[in-house]
Amino acid sequence: MELSFQTVMSQVMLGLNNGAFYAILSLGLAVIFGLLNIVNFAHGALYMLGAYVALLGFTSLGPLIGMPDFHLNYWAALIVAPLVVGAVGIVIEKTMLSRLYKFDHLYGLLLTFGLALIIQGVFTNFFNVSGDPYEAKPEILNGAVNLGFMMFPKYRLWVIVISLAVCFGTWYVIERTKLGSYLRAGTENPELVKAFGVNVPLMITLTYGYGVALAAFAGVLAAPIYSVSPVMGSEMIITVFAVVVIGGMGSIMGSIVTGLLLGMVEGFTKVVYAPASSTVIFLIMVVVLLVKPAGLFGRES
Amino acid sequence: MNKKIWIALILLGLLAPFVVYPVFMMKLLCFALFASAFNLLLGYTGLLSFGHAAFFGGASYITGHLVKNSGLTPELGVLGGTLFAGLLGYLVGSLAIRRQGIYFAMVTLALAQIVYFVALKAPFTGGEDGLQGIPRGDLFGFIDLNQVYSVGGNPVALNLYYFVFVLFCLGFWIIHRTIHSPFGQVLKAIRENEPRAVSLGYKVERFKLMAFVLSAALSGMAGSMKSLVFQLASLTDVSWHTSGEVVLMTLLGGVGTVLGPLVGAFTVVTLQSELSSVGSWITVIIGVTFVICVLLFRRGVVGELGRLLKKSL
Amino acid sequence: MKNLFSNVALSVAVLAMTSGMAGAASKGVSDGVVKIGVLTDMSGVYSTLGGKGTQVGVEMAVKDFGGKVLGKPIQVIGADHQNKADIASAKAREWFDNEKVDMITGLLNSGCALAVQKLGGEKKRITMNTGAASTELTNKACTPYSIHYVYDTYALGKVTGQAVVQNGGKSWFFLTADYAFGHSLEENTTKFVKAGGGKILGSVRHPLSTADFSSYLLQAQSSGAQIIGLANAGGDTTNAIKQAREFGIDKKGQTLVGLLIFDTDIKSLGLSVAQGMQFTSGFYWDRDKATRDFAKRYYAIHKAMPTMDQAGAYSATMNYLKAIKAAGTDDPDAVMAKLKSMDISDFFAVNGKIRADGRMVHDMYLMEVKKPSESKGEWDLLKIVKTVPAADAFMPLSESTCSMVKK
Repeated sequence: MELSFQTVMSQVMLGLNNGAFYAILSLGLAVIFGLLNIVNFAHGALYMLGAYVALLGFTSLGPLIGMPDFHLNYWAALIVAPLVVGAVGIVIEKTMLSRLYKFDHLYGLLLTFGLALIIQGVFTNFFNVSGDPYEAKPEILNGAVNLGFMMFPKYRLWVIVISLAVCFGTWYVIERTKLGSYLRAGTENPELVKAFGVNVPLMITLTYGYGVALAAFAGVLAAPIYSVSPVMGSEMIITVFAVVVIGGMGSIMGSIVTGLLLGMVEGFTKVVYAPASSTVIFLIMVVVLLVKPAGLFGRES
Repeated sequence: MNKKIWIALILLGLLAPFVVYPVFMMKLLCFALFASAFNLLLGYTGLLSFGHAAFFGGASYITGHLVKNSGLTPELGVLGGTLFAGLLGYLVGSLAIRRQGIYFAMVTLALAQIVYFVALKAPFTGGEDGLQGIPRGDLFGFIDLNQVYSVGGNPVALNLYYFVFVLFCLGFWIIHRTIHSPFGQVLKAIRENEPRAVSLGYKVERFKLMAFVLSAALSGMAGSMKSLVFQLASLTDVSWHTSGEVVLMTLLGGVGTVLGPLVGAFTVVTLQSELSSVGSWITVIIGVTFVICVLLFRRGVVGELGRLLKKSL
Repeated sequence: MKNLFSNVALSVAVLAMTSGMAGAASKGVSDGVVKIGVLTDMSGVYSTLGGKGTQVGVEMAVKDFGGKVLGKPIQVIGADHQNKADIASAKAREWFDNEKVDMITGLLNSGCALAVQKLGGEKKRITMNTGAASTELTNKACTPYSIHYVYDTYALGKVTGQAVVQNGGKSWFFLTADYAFGHSLEENTTKFVKAGGGKILGSVRHPLSTADFSSYLLQAQSSGAQIIGLANAGGDTTNAIKQAREFGIDKKGQTLVGLLIFDTDIKSLGLSVAQGMQFTSGFYWDRDKATRDFAKRYYAIHKAMPTMDQAGAYSATMNYLKAIKAAGTDDPDAVMAKLKSMDISDFFAVNGKIRADGRMVHDMYLMEVKKPSESKGEWDLLKIVKTVPAADAFMPLSESTCSMVKK
């Protein structure tokens, strides 16, 4: 394919769209890692769960509660799905993860890996692996905008905008507010924060809940673009892991910026040498590891 | 006591194809070796690699390619696969040991994903179809591995079975020797207290890397064996699910025990074949096993048993 | 330690007993039962067009045949290969070795089909492929025990490719599923597009079961080709078509052509999206009275009309059983000889014949999707534009590279 301005820009725009997903997901991972020191392998599965809450809310919830005409619409799903999945996260943290803090952090990784398998397996049993369409995209987001170099679907533009808003909102809360300062202090020295009368275990629980709620939010955003399928998360999560390693674990701004940038790099690779587009993020990771092992925005511990 | 167990296990292995479905038995041996090789790293060096499928699957592609397209004899094919996995282990290991703990796990996972994509795109791997129709060939050029003998009315490829069994014993013996060598003692010292090992003057990174390469090479040998047994190398073998599976086998059987990976592999492979009718519920069952292991018995079956008997197994 | 040892010993002994039992009965008219295995995609991207519906077809055939052949019961078992060649081949190996399965049908997904067919050749068991499409199955990879029953990429590429080029679609760009089937379909279509005076501007390969086609579609768009040929199937085809609309590709004078389309795909796209599209099929439920009668009975069980794969599985099973009856044995060599000598003629196959290379040739159809205004019911989706005689639709035997074709 020739390197025309139009093709490059089109693919980079699509890349930015993917990058928005990477950013939200890696942000969630970073928030969790910052306080819990756990790499949440179940993040992809919970992203998928969020998409299913939206899908089932639209198609099956009504008949289930005896109101066949009731459909959970898209806007409501954007709020409900993160709440539901956040609650699931709180249960997971309270009943399982909290028992593991005194052991090696690797056990957290292993536990959440097991959880990912369970969630994915259950959904594979009840739903089509190839995915079901989510057809509740609001009328106002239908159609495409002419960007000059391409027709870009309005919905994808919306995804980019709202993702950025959520990401920077989260960054603001953590870095610029009092609540955030407790969180950051809890990361550095939980004992000291406890001494100031802050309920640290509750803070940890809520943080995990918020982290996975972000994943669910991304899941709802993804539902109208991709088919909702049980494996949608497992395809994504490994790439997001690489994004997190590149950005530096635990860095909030790092994970957002790296997510967006790498999405665009991926899009650009599709124009230059398409077969490498699925590996380019991993190759960048290798280079970063060689040059700056702690990640682009990370601090060496 | 210990000797008796080994002799009994070897006898069992020799007699197995006469009583158990041999393909099942060979699959079991492949995964038992894979898990043991993995355990060398996790159990005796304290490094959790989440990318071991790259060595297992990578080697199975290389062996398949060498035997099918270059016409090499199977033992050379296995050797080639093993060497390849060792080399790959050197590359991955050199990068990954720059980070520790959880980072190490994620870096190995991500690097293994590169191998996965190469397997998907490289011209000789057959992409999604996998590398099919790998011939078993003639061992040393004159022992036909396809030769079947009638055992109770069923055709059984005994030559192949014993070839696989001997390779398994060889691999297992190497691991056993390594653990009990001075080198193995240093590895254990690193696992227990890395700063201490450093202060004692050991070049920790070099020891870690050597352990990684050895573990990768033996994992590769297991993968090479599998490609001859199933005459197929596929993306499943290089996917991160396989990496996770081997972690589970080791964890379930008992991290840092000699027999643990065997028991773990036996349990998981049996589960998979006995429960193949329940389809994807198998993923759920494996996931539940994982969670239970992590939450309730982190020592694994053999580890807990050993604690009860106050013996190191 | 003793504990552990006795545990291991016990489990080995238990396993030994179970596997021993399975292997106990053999010989005779194949261990007193004719077993048919349906191995196909039961949960993935092709499960709607094949899947459980294929097994329904096979089970109907067994029931219609009377449930017994030569006085012995007929048994049907099914399994999901998840579109993975390794799972397919491991399952088939187990079926052949332990379950004494006599014939495997279904086999959607060419990668899986090639693996199982090769194994069948080694183990001397019959495979009747109704789902997969690659022409390799009856060429390089043919075996004395393999039959390719419903359609193949040669027929698809030839009939659709020629029709599109004749209608003025001269420049093509392919979106190709990156495995045996997609490659084969692209290759075969290319041949007929070029022969008709068309040209190929390029192609891009996507993994099986792709969620997001946007970047591939943009590549197709910037190629400037009139025709974007979809060398994929099932969920991949419908996703690509839906997303092309999202990016406004169809409004810019480019046409998407699905090279392999099933009724179920049209159903999922809806007539308003799919109307006017032409493609090739080996079967349509609403062709004549016989097909309608079958479809009605099938619908009562499966709640969907049969696709060509599902109807083909019925026909394949029926003719397999007829051949056993005629041969007086289920010995694979005798049954294959019968199958290759008899006429295949039923509601599914018109002018059917199984050739030396295993290809079942029969009339194929160029179909067109109806306008919403033309449709009179939920499943009234298509009309037959042209019937292509068996001899014209499939690759001539003289071109086959199958080693069993005498030249």
